[in-house]
Amino acid sequence: MIINGKLVVSSSPHIRSVESVQSVMTDVLIALFPAALMAVLLFGYRALITMIIAVLTAMLVEAVWLRKRDIFNDGSAAVTGLLLALILPAAVPWWVVVVGSASAIIIGKQVFGGIGYNIFNPALVGRVILVVSWGGHMAGDIWSTPHPFAFGFDVSTVTGATVLASPEKAVTFSLPEMFIGTIAGSMGETSALALLIGGIWLVYKGHIDYRIPGGFMATVFVLGVVFGGGFYGNHLMTGLFHLVAGGVMIAAIFMATDFVTTPVTPGGRLIFGIGCGLITMLIRLWGTLPEGVTFAILLMNALTPIIDNFTIPRQFGGVNNSA
Amino acid sequence: MKAGNVYLQDLSRGIINENPVFRLLLGMCPVLGVTAFFINGLGMGIAATAVLIASNVVISALKNYIPSQVRIPCFIVVIATFVTIIEMVLQAFQPDLYEALGVFVPLIVVNCVILGRAEAFASKKPLLRSLVDGIAVGIGFTLALGILALVREVFGQGTILGPDPDSAIQLFGAGFEPMGLFGQPAGAFIALGLLLGVVNIIFKKFNIK
Repeated sequence: MIINGKLVVSSSPHIRSVESVQSVMTDVLIALFPAALMAVLLFGYRALITMIIAVLTAMLVEAVWLRKRDIFNDGSAAVTGLLLALILPAAVPWWVVVVGSASAIIIGKQVFGGIGYNIFNPALVGRVILVVSWGGHMAGDIWSTPHPFAFGFDVSTVTGATVLASPEKAVTFSLPEMFIGTIAGSMGETSALALLIGGIWLVYKGHIDYRIPGGFMATVFVLGVVFGGGFYGNHLMTGLFHLVAGGVMIAAIFMATDFVTTPVTPGGRLIFGIGCGLITMLIRLWGTLPEGVTFAILLMNALTPIIDNFTIPRQFGGVNNSA
Repeated sequence: MKAGNVYLQDLSRGIINENPVFRLLLGMCPVLGVTAFFINGLGMGIAATAVLIASNVVISALKNYIPSQVRIPCFIVVIATFVTIIEMVLQAFQPDLYEALGVFVPLIVVNCVILGRAEAFASKKPLLRSLVDGIAVGIGFTLALGILALVREVFGQGTILGPDPDSAIQLFGAGFEPMGLFGQPAGAFIALGLLLGVVNIIFKKFNIK
């Protein structure tokens, strides 16, 4: 391998790949584009401004921390910033976005040693810090009502509770509306359709393993059917409601599949996905918070090393140690 | 080595080189529990210092009479005596502070800074050195608590000298919304971690080991 004009001789196996961190992160940004576009269509200029602030802050903070001129660098800061923006309410004040984005990069990522070393998903760390610090801007009746194709409309003027607040609130919207995304919620999480398009692109490019989102969504659906309470006429529909409402889609496709903070073994990934779904539904159905995907993924992030340890595959021709 | 140097060394070791919070990470329970306000942090530090100095002196004076098999219970009895005195003094003269510190005052009994100094220093060293050690470690503990509480109060509440509204000074304008995270115990961990990083950078710069 040739690095900086010098031939570097290393031991085998050698993997030849055209992929780099930058190319993978660019693919993730492309996958997030439908969701970002949908956010701007639904929530207007406020969404666009929030996204720009979050991405710029993340890239600037990372560039300053690493003392690098190139602010795009490997692109991971831009992905973190955009993901954080997409899980914020559209009407959030600008300084909340700046603090969240900066703490996502510093406390979520750089204090652990930068890309590849962080224990928790940086965007979710940023979100949790904001929720704990400024609950008044991040939870309750602060979710903007979408105004499709009204770019100049200030969405902070009309706000309400999330559909997950209560079954009575939930039945005011139909499932197709939730699938398209014309409901109140974080600006990037409402449109299941846009997120699925991005997810299919990532699976096609081979960047994410279907086991994590699959396990996550299947668990949420099954628990929603069994314990959801059966509004919307029948229990199957309630399961679908839990799948498309709130943050399950964006979390399962983009957050729970983060390369750094999730297990590397196939079995471990399935366990990770199911665990995320389980904790999400526990918080939604029996907890005091309306939504639980953030804490579900952070908790499972913490368990990732244990899961990896439990699911080490046996070497070919090796002996099973426990036998 | 001259005798005076030993005391100076004890003093600087207790405050800087072996600062109980920033270097040894001892006594984390009150450090994280009562540092939401500067006054509370300082009060806790002074209370712990008073107990530490008194117990260090008494244990050092009694070290030849304490059988080594039952030394820990003996230390606890001595420390608990002084904690009870401090508790009553606080209750009588500083009832607000006593209320704010709550369960953390009786918990000074099992504070590992105090027990650690008794076991590692006072039970082996002469009386005067134990006194200096108690003062030094106490100052180090109070200093660390004060700094952490100051950082947490400024960011978490936007005030200094709270929570009493009469003495509280609002640092920022009315539009400032304090960062609630630092007011909570979880934020204490993050604030302590960041402070430890800063302290390590400073120590590295001045080559302190």
